[in-house]
Amino acid sequence: MRRTHAIFRRLTVFCVVSLALCTSHSQAGEVTVAVASNFAGPMARLAAGFTAASGHTLRTSVGSTGKFYSQIVAGAPFEVLLAADIETPRRLIAEGHAVAGSNFSYAIGQLVLWSALPGLADDQGAVLASGRFTKLAIANPKLAPYGRAGLEVLKARGLGATLSPKLVTGESIAQAYQFVATGNAELGFVALSQVIGAGQPRVNNAAPGGANTQAPRGPVLPDKSATGSYWRVPSNLYSPIRQDAVLLQAGAKNAAAAALLAYLKSAPAKAVIQAYGYGL
Amino acid sequence: MSDATWITVRLTIELAALSTLLLLLLGTPLAWWLARTRSAIKPLAASLVAMPLVLPPSVIGFYLLLLMGPHGPVGQFTQWLGLGRLPFTFGGLVVASVIYSLPFVVQPLQQAFEAIPERVLEAAATLRASPLDRFFTVALPLARPGLLTASVLGFAHTVGEFGVVLMIGGNIPGQTRVLSVAIFEHVEAAEFEQAHRLAAGMVVFALVVLVTLYRVNRPARDSLGAAR
Repeated sequence: MRRTHAIFRRLTVFCVVSLALCTSHSQAGEVTVAVASNFAGPMARLAAGFTAASGHTLRTSVGSTGKFYSQIVAGAPFEVLLAADIETPRRLIAEGHAVAGSNFSYAIGQLVLWSALPGLADDQGAVLASGRFTKLAIANPKLAPYGRAGLEVLKARGLGATLSPKLVTGESIAQAYQFVATGNAELGFVALSQVIGAGQPRVNNAAPGGANTQAPRGPVLPDKSATGSYWRVPSNLYSPIRQDAVLLQAGAKNAAAAALLAYLKSAPAKAVIQAYGYGL
Repeated sequence: MSDATWITVRLTIELAALSTLLLLLLGTPLAWWLARTRSAIKPLAASLVAMPLVLPPSVIGFYLLLLMGPHGPVGQFTQWLGLGRLPFTFGGLVVASVIYSLPFVVQPLQQAFEAIPERVLEAAATLRASPLDRFFTVALPLARPGLLTASVLGFAHTVGEFGVVLMIGGNIPGQTRVLSVAIFEHVEAAEFEQAHRLAAGMVVFALVVLVTLYRVNRPARDSLGAAR
């Protein structure tokens, strides 16, 4: 009898403690955010900064913007969307799935032509016309802004028709990256943020704002995690990849969701975003 | 049906038909051996055959991408043979489908072979039927329902394959864009009407195939149930 009593007491203590933990947890707040594949790297760093600054925690899902659109329309519990385009957030607002007026550009994407092979991608992109490759990976232009931008570059260079037999399409830019990283495609159009990778991005003083209007520069490899070679595609060869964030209806009443959007506009967040090669 | 859709449908059927043919050629002797052997490596062999049932397609796709890539052993072998590399090609999808659908062909066959009583084969042997004769004139006809189940499931499962083809295919029209990938693309692009048309077609196809299979195989042993 005594023993069961003791067990009961312990159970009660356990329940009270865990309840207290749960409550304090929910007070600190949590936000579920859907993130476009190209922004996965910076998001991981931003999440740490956001939690340190606000006490809120993030639950992050990474995927293609098109898939997130379908899921959100179908009632997915995402509270914030960091899209790879501006159209999807606008459409979600128009269809009543997102909060009007909450959308803003958090980053402007930088396209690169990347190869896992050192020395293949030159700083003028001349390799595209060289025939020194068999496959060129690209995100599906129908689904991904980076894919569409890649096609625009090929057209601008007059190579659209010549290279179309060499194109292999990933469902998102993450898959295009994967095709190049495994060596199955020698070249691919990906986001600069992916190539800079998960290492310590170097804050590039020359880059902010003007990055997209600059003449192409030689491969700038910020750290040892980035391997191979890449061509930073000049922005006049493709229409800008503006990426918008938006507050979704599921997060309309969540203070942590609003805090995340505010954090993305803060100076420390902008520094991280630029360090990954995005324009603002 | 638009031209693009027709190309996709035809490619899917070609892939499934070729994969099923190869699976029957490879799977029948393998299933026969598994059904008859007392070898110590039988559990291991049976497990390897069943692995695609258990492994997520992402695991198979990921390893195929690495193995068949330029640094992988399979990729180096195919390049040495002068065949180039397998990812993003129809041939690559066939190889992947054979691996992925292997248990769906081998297991019904193995069960059908195991159900043949030893004494039937012994009786044939006393009538001077050679091992090869016994296999072709006794075992194979007796295993007919299993053969049918294996063919239908191998075909249908290859048509229904998605994750692996998505990961190693590259979505090239006429080469690697099969129905499941085309449907996925329509859904992602929010082209729900086109997605519906293809997806509903797949549902009808699957239902018709399975109903036909269950009807035809009804009088025989429940080899489909046993395969699961």
